[in-house]
Amino acid sequence: MLRNDRAGFGWVTIVLHWTIAVIILALLALGFIMRRVPIDPALQFSLYQWHKSLGFTALGLAAIRALWHVIELRPQPPAGLSPLEQRAGSVTHIVLIGLALAVPLAGWAVASTSTLNIPSFYFNWFIIPHLPMAKSAPAEDFWTLVHMTLAYLLLAFVAFHALAALYHHFARRDDVLVRMLSAGSHRRKRSQAASADPVIAGRKKP
Amino acid sequence: MTLRLQPPPRAIALAFLAVMPGASLTFAAAPDLADAAGNYGITSASRIHFTVAQTGGGGGIAGDFGKFSGSFRIDRNDVGRSTVEFTLYPASVKTGEKRVEDFLKSSAVFDTANYSTVTFRSTNVKQTGPDTAAVEGTLTARGTSRKERFSVTLLDWNRGSIAFNIRGNIHRSPYGMDVGTPIYSNVVEFDMNIKGQRR
Repeated sequence: MLRNDRAGFGWVTIVLHWTIAVIILALLALGFIMRRVPIDPALQFSLYQWHKSLGFTALGLAAIRALWHVIELRPQPPAGLSPLEQRAGSVTHIVLIGLALAVPLAGWAVASTSTLNIPSFYFNWFIIPHLPMAKSAPAEDFWTLVHMTLAYLLLAFVAFHALAALYHHFARRDDVLVRMLSAGSHRRKRSQAASADPVIAGRKKP
Repeated sequence: MTLRLQPPPRAIALAFLAVMPGASLTFAAAPDLADAAGNYGITSASRIHFTVAQTGGGGGIAGDFGKFSGSFRIDRNDVGRSTVEFTLYPASVKTGEKRVEDFLKSSAVFDTANYSTVTFRSTNVKQTGPDTAAVEGTLTARGTSRKERFSVTLLDWNRGSIAFNIRGNIHRSPYGMDVGTPIYSNVVEFDMNIKGQRR
């Protein structure tokens, strides 16, 4: 149940996927509010610190997710997908994992190069040191631009990924979305199919 | 207000000098009260420096206030009856980083749009040494008034002017300025060199 198999995802992948998804959406919303909406300066300062702490959380989880993606078995794509669709799917997943790492790393670079030199005090718990980068206004501006551009790119890929999942669920009526919701779904489906299929039903369970 | 006024300090200070060479300059500068008594205006050559420490060390926030005014009176007969009043214009804060200055002026900290001044009026002056004193008074910032205490050390003196170093630690939170804690300390450390010109 924890590990993936060829038919679907295990709970480790599912929990990582949705936790990172929620944090990324929260970070995008926070980032937009604290930069683009005129708000109380004290609240803005507070939102920046929340954004940084959540961003470091996202970075840690994304690193685990990337490692998990490398070492763990990947479920088979649903039947009937063209090679191009399969390729698009796997490239999107790699880009999402890559951006989930790159966006917070670029954010860390912003905090590290900023001439404001505000410590990253992780949820007011401990200090995460700055990266060994020189502080300057041009460096901060550059990394801010990189962070923002990659964040919007990530948002675009998240939207594409979500739309693709909905397309699979409602148009193709396959289990691509459902298998990311519950580790047991494909096994239940498979056992239902097995009991309905006299050939499979007759097999011994592995 | 910091001046040696009772007879004993000279003898004590001379003995003190023998073991503390560093004290000699300040002692030598300490005037007789009668000489220093009078009214002084605080000149623009004064320096109002502050620091706010940050967690994990590092520079924190440090800066100066460029615009201020004030006066003090050194009582001829009793240092304890000396007075000081001081007005600071927080919109003149300089930190070397415009974003920090804008933040300090904003509603998050000084709220200069609604409170253009920070004032201090002494209520009690107590001599604590040959050239030191403690000044207690009412500090008003952002509409809140509280009793605060500063320690004063005489730096330099001549017939026309006098200079003090004044230090004090002020907690931000009672004045509604605790934004940024605990990343930034709740305590603002003031280190001021005040120059007075006799009026």
